[in-house]
Amino acid sequence: MNATVARRPINGPLPLALLVLALVWIMMVIGAPLATVLVQAFAKGVGPFLDAFKEPDALAAIRLTLIVAAITVPLNAVFGLAAAWSIAKFNLKGKSLLLAVIDLPLSMSPVVSGLVWVLLFGASGWFAPWLAASGVKIVFALPGIVLGTVLVTLPLVARELIPLMTAQGADEELAAATLGAGGWATFFKITLPNVRWALLHGVLLCNARAMGEFGAVSVLSGHIRGLTETLPLHVEAVYNEYDFVGAFACASMLAGLAVVTLVAKTILERADRMAAEQGSAA
Amino acid sequence: MTLVVDGICKQFGRFPALNNISLEVRDGEFLTLLGPSGSGKTTLLRVLAGLDKPDRGGVYLDSVDFLKLSARERRVGLVFQQYALFRHMTVAKNIAFGLDVRPARTRPSRDAIKARVGELLTLARIDGLGARYPAQLSGGQRQRVAVARALAFEPQLLLLDEPFGALDTKVRKELRGELRRIHDETGVTTILVTHDQEEAMALADRVVLMNRGRIEQVGTPHELDDEPATPFVFEFLGECNRLPCEVANGVARFEGFAAPVIGGGQGAGRGQALFRPADTCLDGGLTGDGLPVRVVQIEGRGAIRTLECLALSGQRLSAELPEHLAIRFEVGQRVRLTAKRVMVEPRRESDAEAHEDAKPALSRAV
Repeated sequence: MNATVARRPINGPLPLALLVLALVWIMMVIGAPLATVLVQAFAKGVGPFLDAFKEPDALAAIRLTLIVAAITVPLNAVFGLAAAWSIAKFNLKGKSLLLAVIDLPLSMSPVVSGLVWVLLFGASGWFAPWLAASGVKIVFALPGIVLGTVLVTLPLVARELIPLMTAQGADEELAAATLGAGGWATFFKITLPNVRWALLHGVLLCNARAMGEFGAVSVLSGHIRGLTETLPLHVEAVYNEYDFVGAFACASMLAGLAVVTLVAKTILERADRMAAEQGSAA
Repeated sequence: MTLVVDGICKQFGRFPALNNISLEVRDGEFLTLLGPSGSGKTTLLRVLAGLDKPDRGGVYLDSVDFLKLSARERRVGLVFQQYALFRHMTVAKNIAFGLDVRPARTRPSRDAIKARVGELLTLARIDGLGARYPAQLSGGQRQRVAVARALAFEPQLLLLDEPFGALDTKVRKELRGELRRIHDETGVTTILVTHDQEEAMALADRVVLMNRGRIEQVGTPHELDDEPATPFVFEFLGECNRLPCEVANGVARFEGFAAPVIGGGQGAGRGQALFRPADTCLDGGLTGDGLPVRVVQIEGRGAIRTLECLALSGQRLSAELPEHLAIRFEVGQRVRLTAKRVMVEPRRESDAEAHEDAKPALSRAV
């Protein structure tokens, strides 16, 4: 699991050229745009930057984004655990089909992930008569936004856990059972601690994506200012109104989220590596 | 505390993993389940541990119906080939697990658990390793922890599934002795699964030899060696020479000599004789009984030498002789070969058919 990869020192023109190319490319497509966001956000000083967050619509967008993430992440964490557990620990029939289905949202355009819910719950959707009768609103409301986000971020936790849990196998759980541990005790004392870093890692990725999702949410939200606009949608709306400082201030918030995620991810990966060294091949 | 296995059957798809297995394990006994891979020995162990459910049959421990209990209710200690230690827990926590997870009513006090862990660390001779994590231990040490963990909650039975399979030969032999000592000190009824006949014979009070989901023979290592019940048992427990023969009245007749059949032998007719190189004799004299063979190779140093011989039929046969006899022969020499005792495999119908099928095919090809 922790086989050391042989690394060669960089020498000769070709490796150096490749390295320079990679660095320049990263600067161009990641570094420069990120810098632009910050420059634009602070173009008129700190005051207007902070004012952008005093807008009631911006505050509403932040609140909605947090609510969506707060619902989506736990749902997909539980789903990811359940899916990974059933795939890794049991001889499930149709295992590869389930794996493919879990991966589907990754290869599907987020717009499609949004549209499927519109087709189901929209004004002319399959469930439209029933929804109209009961007065439940899904599309162009919070439930729709959550559904779209859940679908887009569905694979993120599961994909972190499946390879790890498959590699670990079910022997430890079986051992715990013979030693008298019940299902819950086994889960909380054995299964969960064994995947805790991978789970956190997945939750982090899922959270970042849930807060940043644009395509699916755009289809489902209806763009009602102050009501159904998440932060990414708000950025677009404000930008289209030529309020560049406001748009880039909110965008810098999303970029900040990405940086925080990255740092947390790095810390987790280090913790994970230490845990692996401590517990490898046990 | 007697364990009774009564007519256990278990199918995996169309493959019968266990076919009507009945067995009685005595209190405090050390039993080994021996057999080639696919013989059902691990499946039987998993049934006893409660990890697999048989299709038919019963398992009783002192008349308690084991099949009605789940794995966690059986109080059976199980040791896995790959240790299955809890990787995120220290050695001490691993060993204490079976006591820690008990409901509050029956859980010993913290001090009592600590004392018990100390006892087991000493029993398994891993004192001082309590604070380590599994990954910081050698394979042999890990397996000692696994045994200690399985014993900590005072199981009614200790089951081990190929416990030394992942270890190198030296550690394997050392742990084998340790396991027998631990068994003798604790007196816990122990069942060990292995495919290594030497390991099974060295450790066990009694050996259960399995093949294709059936029990071939149950007996002490001595009984299995001296009175093998079937040709399979004989062949599994050691190297064999093979020669066709004719059997009648408990005697197998070969080209040039005859030998008694082990266990008297039932029936009569043609068959395939199996005999050990150690039961094979060579005679360099010009006249007398024996199959004429030529010595083609002499191997080995020390007290026992192996002489590879070639019969006129092209059959290779080997003889193990003590040094003082072996030095009388040289490579290329013509000698006469006899066997002290043989096991006979009755010729199966399918073999005969296979031979007759082969002949016309050959003639057609020519």
